[in-house]
Amino acid sequence: MSMLRLDGVTVRFGERAVLDAVDLDVAEHETVCVLGPSGSGKSTLLRVVAGLQRPDAGRVFLAGEDQGGVPVHKRGVGLMFQDHQLFPQRDVAGNVGFGLRMRRAGRAETERRVAALLDLVGLPNAQRRAVAALSGGEQQRVALARALAPEPRLLMLDEPLGQLDRGLRERLVAELRELFRRLGTTVLAVTHDQGEAFALADRVVVMRDGRIAQSGTPLEVWQRPASEFVARFLGFDNIVEATVSGERADTVWGRVPVPAGTPGGVCRVLVRPAGVRLGAVGEGVPCGVVSRTFRGDHVAVRLRPDAGPELEAVCRLGEAPEPAARVGVRFDAAEVVVLR
Amino acid sequence: MTARDAEKASRATVRPTAVRLGLMALPLAFFGVFFAFPVASIVSRGLKSDGQWQFGRIGEVLADPETGHVLWFTTWQAAASTALTLALALPGAYVFARFDFPGKQLLRAVVTVPFVLPTVVVGSAFLALLGHGGLLDEWWGIRLDTTVWAILVAHVFFNYAVVVRTVGGLWAQLDPRQEEAARVLGAGRLAAWRRVTLPALAPAVAAAALMVFLFTFTSFGVVQILGGPRYATLEVEIYQQTAQLLDLPTAAVLTLLQFLAVALLLAVHARTVRRREATLRLVSAARTARRPQGAGQWALLAAVLGTVVLLVLVPLAVLVLRSFDGPDGYGLAFYRALASAGDNGGTFVVAPLEAIGNSAAYGLAATALAVVVGGLAAAALTRREGRLVRGFDALLMLPLGTSAVTVGFGFLISLDEPPLDLRTSWILVPLAQALVGVPFVVRTMLPVLRAVDHRLREAAAVLGASPLRAWREVDLPLVGRALAVAAGFAFAVSLGEFGATVFIARPDSPTLPVAVARLLGRPGELNYGQAMALSTILMLVCAAALLVLERLRTDRTGEF
Repeated sequence: MSMLRLDGVTVRFGERAVLDAVDLDVAEHETVCVLGPSGSGKSTLLRVVAGLQRPDAGRVFLAGEDQGGVPVHKRGVGLMFQDHQLFPQRDVAGNVGFGLRMRRAGRAETERRVAALLDLVGLPNAQRRAVAALSGGEQQRVALARALAPEPRLLMLDEPLGQLDRGLRERLVAELRELFRRLGTTVLAVTHDQGEAFALADRVVVMRDGRIAQSGTPLEVWQRPASEFVARFLGFDNIVEATVSGERADTVWGRVPVPAGTPGGVCRVLVRPAGVRLGAVGEGVPCGVVSRTFRGDHVAVRLRPDAGPELEAVCRLGEAPEPAARVGVRFDAAEVVVLR
Repeated sequence: MTARDAEKASRATVRPTAVRLGLMALPLAFFGVFFAFPVASIVSRGLKSDGQWQFGRIGEVLADPETGHVLWFTTWQAAASTALTLALALPGAYVFARFDFPGKQLLRAVVTVPFVLPTVVVGSAFLALLGHGGLLDEWWGIRLDTTVWAILVAHVFFNYAVVVRTVGGLWAQLDPRQEEAARVLGAGRLAAWRRVTLPALAPAVAAAALMVFLFTFTSFGVVQILGGPRYATLEVEIYQQTAQLLDLPTAAVLTLLQFLAVALLLAVHARTVRRREATLRLVSAARTARRPQGAGQWALLAAVLGTVVLLVLVPLAVLVLRSFDGPDGYGLAFYRALASAGDNGGTFVVAPLEAIGNSAAYGLAATALAVVVGGLAAAALTRREGRLVRGFDALLMLPLGTSAVTVGFGFLISLDEPPLDLRTSWILVPLAQALVGVPFVVRTMLPVLRAVDHRLREAAAVLGASPLRAWREVDLPLVGRALAVAAGFAFAVSLGEFGATVFIARPDSPTLPVAVARLLGRPGELNYGQAMALSTILMLVCAAALLVLERLRTDRTGEF
């Protein structure tokens, strides 16, 4: 059964539709990440679900109940704000216990729950600390504990790890995923960071200009971006116009193999960098090496073909050609995606 | 989401209009019954005879050359006072904003003392300095109390702090690196100031100028005491027409005239304030101040300190000095006389010292009223949007500029019938004083309430707090300190209120300013000395309240 259902939700700010007839389902215990660039309407989506923003059209259902006319404080959802919004005048326990107090939980019960949650987020015995004295990572944990405390039926996270440094972020993504699995929480998160979304989510929803561009498991979205927009947003730039006939596509880069069963006609194709194979000059498409970028476990090489847009290839360390060298390029059919 | 979208999103958030209207209900009722109704009553009483509107009176009064004379004097003295105040106080604003020097905090409190002093005390302080038998008279035989200069200087004394606080407060928070950026881009020192700092400051300067103009345009106590028979502002003229000549029609027309002028001023003020809310890059004031460097800056500091001493400290000191300067040399003779009713030749039915108790009791009641009414109004105004809200905002400021004399007299003639027969009730005085206190409470609370991140309220709402609960849990703890400051201001303002109180305070329970004015109105050295003594007491009470406020004040607190 779906915990959250959006049915044609539209929000307009003046002329512009920030959300344009969005349909979305989030199943119980599922973690869904909404991914999109700034201005794609992600945060507005969360605000609509929380009741902080009234939709101009469409409906929001929580556990099957229409939320039209239900005020924010009666929706029973949790929202972790992008910049946490901890109450500055309260200590850590005052923040974490706030939602419990609003539900008239007893003092002993509240104290017990607060202690348990602080243990859970890795801040044991932090009850009496002032929130202003906490580091960014600690504030983030307190905000999470505060959102979890009233056991919301749906937990929403707005750029949950946005302000943290990379090491902390990677550790927290793993911790959060484990935590949500253990608690059986239904989660709707928004982020502009694909790494975060892919690591956290059971399902990824890519948004563009207030519409859903693609929805699927992280693997599906990564392997089969549905459109040029999604592909470019995921960081793939090897995209070119193509005319498909049979198992080949003709492009300015020359002939690119495509998976069997691809319908013929004009379209655009993406060659993932891993599918750009370098060889000696004379084998395949001749290219000049523009630059090399060291990426830790591999080297990204930018190539300029004689015609068409530049290409990016991935090479193992020590195998990358020198800048200004000439190479020949072949394409691997397994790494080619036809875009619609 | 971009910042602009976020802003739009927050504005488009579900509006609890009903809640806001509910919050406005009590302030609106309060202003309706205790401001609009009395003022309308007295105006209509003046303009109606035998149940007929006599609009012809308006033309007659306006055509009277005396009216033109008063209006002209009111306007030009206000303009001159404003210009003089700006000229003297802007360097002060700069020094207080950008220089660090020992005793700065104390001095900032000291220059603010005059602002909360009752106008009657300011008048008597200058009378003691410039008037007959005053310090200048004794030393050099110079008397200024019959000239317009006394009024102008007293107005500067009174409003110095308005400019230093509103302009200096912003100046201290302007990021100096903006000017530095202009310098690096090739602007000279003066050009950088003119093109970067001045435009940022201009709205604050305009707002301060308008406030000063408003205060001096409606000046009553100062002009009443220092103006003599020759100089009268509209407010003084209204008082004389009402209380002495009993010419209500003329008073009514003059009231309308002043009302119109003030409404116009407030409209201009509202515009500049709104423009001032344009985003500026502000930094902590503590980071921008540094010790003066070089002869020029030290000279500027010295000049400003000299101005403060001459303009603020000397009049206050003279007042204190006079209060001890009895017939038998320096002593407490005048203070002792304050304790008994008998020595006053019938000026009082009770000992003047009892006025302290009266003032305190009235002040506390007025403060409670002003905090409740003003607090509700500020809560309703927290969100900026909506024409309704802006209109309400302007309405709250109106009592500051309306003839207090009219309000006081209006109380007497309109609140005299059941169900609102308050003529003999003690609550009448606090009600009138609260009218003046409310704008101060609103102005102090509003910036703080608006600075509360609305997403904190949203966070509380998502966690299950109803709107009322969210206000109590989020806003109230954050604005507690501002509330204390607002209460202090309301107390100081009601302590000093004179124009309305003088009408409605009962003879057997005068307030401090009323007692001072009564003493000043009687001949004789004893009466004069007692007025000085009572003024000193009033000044000390105000100063004490202010120093407490200065401790409570945060950077964010209020426009005053």
